[in-house]
Amino acid sequence: MLEALQFEFMRNALLAGLLTSIACGVIGTFIVVNRLVFLSGGIAHAAYGGIGLAFFFGLPYVAGTLGFALLVAMVMAAVTLKARHRADTIIGVLWAVGMALGVILLDLTPGYNVDLMSFLFGSILTVPTSDLWLMLVLNGVILLAVACYYNDFLALSYDEDFAQVRGVRVKFLYFLLLAMVALSVVMIIRIVGLILVIALLTIPPYIAEKYAGSLKKMMFLSFLLSCFFTMVGLWLSYTFNLTSGATIILVAGVCFFISLLVEVLKSTRFFSA
Amino acid sequence: MNEPIIEVADVWFFYNGIPVLQEINLTVHRGDFVALLGPNGGGKTTLLKLMLGLLKPERGAILVFGESPRESSHRIGYMPQHLHFNQSFPISVLDVVLMGKLRPGLGWSRYSQKDKIAAQQALERVEMGKFANRRVGELSGGQQQRVFIARALVDEPELLFLDEPTTSVDTKHQTDLFDILKELNETVTIIVVSHDIGIISTHVKSVACVNQQIFHHDHAEIKEEMIELAYQCCPVDIVAHGLPHRVLKIHEDEE
Repeated sequence: MLEALQFEFMRNALLAGLLTSIACGVIGTFIVVNRLVFLSGGIAHAAYGGIGLAFFFGLPYVAGTLGFALLVAMVMAAVTLKARHRADTIIGVLWAVGMALGVILLDLTPGYNVDLMSFLFGSILTVPTSDLWLMLVLNGVILLAVACYYNDFLALSYDEDFAQVRGVRVKFLYFLLLAMVALSVVMIIRIVGLILVIALLTIPPYIAEKYAGSLKKMMFLSFLLSCFFTMVGLWLSYTFNLTSGATIILVAGVCFFISLLVEVLKSTRFFSA
Repeated sequence: MNEPIIEVADVWFFYNGIPVLQEINLTVHRGDFVALLGPNGGGKTTLLKLMLGLLKPERGAILVFGESPRESSHRIGYMPQHLHFNQSFPISVLDVVLMGKLRPGLGWSRYSQKDKIAAQQALERVEMGKFANRRVGELSGGQQQRVFIARALVDEPELLFLDEPTTSVDTKHQTDLFDILKELNETVTIIVVSHDIGIISTHVKSVACVNQQIFHHDHAEIKEEMIELAYQCCPVDIVAHGLPHRVLKIHEDEE
């Protein structure tokens, strides 16, 4: 692994893994505790429409994806606030329509020959330095917003009604949260692709939740786990010449099942004692 | 008579076109201890949420402290129903209580040292001081109820709303809870929502029964609740025609 670091693409891959882990830890934690997993999956897949738009109109990839993902996130925020009991259906529709739009637009783009697989499963080994700067900025925005409104977000996540009674601007914060989910999703698509993004946003916080005493600690622990998963996955990918996105998720998946097993063993011991 | 601090005038609320509350009139005066009784699904919690500004009435007006509920809700100590809490949420007892110190609006949200001291004191008051750093999900139902009471009290509200405070609490805790409430009632106006008629035998000063009038007679669920209502609670029209009525004898120490 160490000799691999002499290559710029390997150094970039490691840095990209570390940077996305910040978003995974912080935003993934909110996604898990607020049960936004399905909604985040919707944003990730609908973002494919943004990729299609970017190629069709010759826009920069990032501008297209980020813009479209943000738009979809805001629509989903409005819908889930207005019609809570039908929210899952509408998310499902946006999920599918976004992807279909992307596919059609890429069909219509003349001379399109970009590797589709790299968007579906990520391409951490081809992250250019300019993307690293973008990730740094997006992470900066996320960390600043969460640091500023941490207590409000905590109250919103734990007891929304109570937060509103206290005069917390819950609607604004909900929109802000979903906007940050969109930013994170676009960032993480780079690493593991839009199909696997949900695994990286949910597995680290799920494991961390059991051991963390507070939301802050859960975020930090998820960040560490996410770093571990991307590093080990990257090493496996490099050593055995496998698709990096898939190895990262499989490492995370193995740890997920180990954590479940540990939990089961713990509870049986608890009952037998 | 003390000054009125809650005025509900001809309030209607519909859910999916079905009236949940209709023609509700209610006045609560400073120093009152009101029990809102009624069957499950009768609209008690809806009425509470209307008074908190969490829901908006379709018709009618609500004033709390002379302002709209949205403007004044941060002055109300609120304990929501227990059942919707996520038990695996990583949060300490102290952090839950500190939520009661959140300030209205947006801004750099930080708690001061004073807030933390107040939170610890609120926990001591409900005898939960030594649990401050424990995860809330690890506590028993009764202990959690106390934590939520501490959260409702931490900002020293003049008005306290408790939604079903006696569910998941054993009899001993119930008695303790009502002793705490009685003591508080010397300075704080209290509204308790309950489907449990037994709550009247405590220190409650007045009782109001809440049940929506039912227009859809073919609705099986609601019909069952109507029967329940006939056995458990006083007639439907009591809230509709004015002030909550007194069902208890006046305690001697109140005279």
